[in-house]
Amino acid sequence: MTDAAIDVKGLVKTYPKGVRALDGVSFDVAAGSVFGLLGPNGAGKSTTVKILTTLSRPDQGEAVVAGIDVLRRPDRVRRAIGCVAQNSGVDVQATGRENMLLQGRLYGMGGRVLEQRVDTLLERFGLAEAARRVTRTYSGGMQRKLDVALGLVHRPEVLFLDEPTTGLDPEARADMWSEIERLTGEEGLTILLTTHYLEEADRLARRLAIVDQGKIVAQGSPDELKSELHGDAVHIELDAPEANGRVAAALAPLSEVHDVVVEHGRLLHARTDNGARAVPVMLQALEAQGLPVVSVTVARPSLDDVYLMHTGRRFEQADAATEVTR
Amino acid sequence: MTALRHTFYLTVRQLRNFLRQPWYVALTLAQPIIWLLLFGALFKKIVEIPGFTTTSYITFLTPGVVVMSAMFAGGWSGMGVIDDLDRGVMDRFLVAPTSRGAVMLGRIAPQVLTTLIQTVIIIVLALFVGGRFTGGVGGVVMLIVVSALLSVSFGSLSNGLALLLRKEESVIAAVNFVLLPLTFLSSAFLQQNLAPQWIQDIARYNPANWAIVAGRTALTSGASSGTVVAHTLYLLAFAVVCTWLATRAFRAYQRSV
Repeated sequence: MTDAAIDVKGLVKTYPKGVRALDGVSFDVAAGSVFGLLGPNGAGKSTTVKILTTLSRPDQGEAVVAGIDVLRRPDRVRRAIGCVAQNSGVDVQATGRENMLLQGRLYGMGGRVLEQRVDTLLERFGLAEAARRVTRTYSGGMQRKLDVALGLVHRPEVLFLDEPTTGLDPEARADMWSEIERLTGEEGLTILLTTHYLEEADRLARRLAIVDQGKIVAQGSPDELKSELHGDAVHIELDAPEANGRVAAALAPLSEVHDVVVEHGRLLHARTDNGARAVPVMLQALEAQGLPVVSVTVARPSLDDVYLMHTGRRFEQADAATEVTR
Repeated sequence: MTALRHTFYLTVRQLRNFLRQPWYVALTLAQPIIWLLLFGALFKKIVEIPGFTTTSYITFLTPGVVVMSAMFAGGWSGMGVIDDLDRGVMDRFLVAPTSRGAVMLGRIAPQVLTTLIQTVIIIVLALFVGGRFTGGVGGVVMLIVVSALLSVSFGSLSNGLALLLRKEESVIAAVNFVLLPLTFLSSAFLQQNLAPQWIQDIARYNPANWAIVAGRTALTSGASSGTVVAHTLYLLAFAVVCTWLATRAFRAYQRSV
């Protein structure tokens, strides 16, 4: 565990009113790598970040960040980490530069060293021109970049990025992705990234953990997680409500089809080693049970499929469901 | 040392942000001037009531307006806390090694500074429209001290309320339903012995009235210094209790994150 930049064991956190945000979360992050926490809204990602950045305390469990015990020495952890919270932390009445200077001063920096660091970062994030403008006038993407720059002023060892691209338009998101990719290559920075975008985790994280309802349901590199799935995903839309029983009857005899999940009684997801060979057989079997098929899709494994396998729900739906209840 | 440095940085931030809103600055300055001139004109003849011991209503009213402005400046300060909470600025400061004391002090200090400037402006204006303060510079300094104590007290309460409830409505309600009545349950506009007995009874326990009595007494030469000292001590105690409560609210906020 010595070279782990983040080491988390058995975090439990219950909020007042009995909401269990974390239910035994454990993971570790190798120094100098990007680790992704992937999960829908309300899964416990932000709570984990708040605990690791000393904002919040867990009811149970231990956490070590940059070799420092988070619960015993929060003051020392704060010096070693940078944090970009989900909720932007930009002071909108101050200019970009003023935001950066104050941030550096709170970390005990000052003088020429701070000024140079601030100018370098503003330059690097493409904010040099806007540096003397009040940040209220910044676009969402610019504010988010300033957030990341704020997290880097004091050269932290570990950077926390809590949903850095949520709410950004596709262009700003792509921009942010290349910034994050550049960061990982430099300064040996360790990054913990939370996201509810599968493609973001897939692209940026060397390893990731899928979080669902306060628990980690799967952990590994994106490729490892996908290869656990063996072969292709087959998605079939049926024109028959409440078809669960008949689907099971139709597909059970087919040995090459596995991990069958039926959503809403009419969306069928299954895995098979060879989609092209299995699909005709599956269609035949479904027709034989009197189940008309509306559409068929065969896809290479995605993280969405990984999520589906471990939680029994498709990712976007879990996300949308919590979106509504928030 | 760190706490002091951080308080300074955060104070600079507050003042700079404040000065960036010219309309807000103008209103903050205009409000007490309007009180002074409007009430001064409206109740000009009030000093003719038998038993009123001064002959100039402006002289009588000035400390009341100063104290009232300080109290309201304090009362509204929770709005800034809510803004920082909503925008994630508070959490950013807390994740950084910011001195915890400075997070609170960095709001109180600029308020004291604003009170000081406001007081000087009101006094100067009052002198122009005929106020006479025989207590001299010493009296004005005492008025600033008690106003600052009151501003710190209500500022702390307002910040504490903001941290606990995190809703602008709560601060607005507190200002309207607590501070406004407190202004009228005092000797700000009318000499106490001319007010109904029940108001006099309540005013005795009203911190705003302590500040007005202390300030007004200090502005008058040859007045009882015992009254000034006693009321200033009450205010000091009140300020200590309020800042303690705000610190408790701040801890409660940190636990609830």
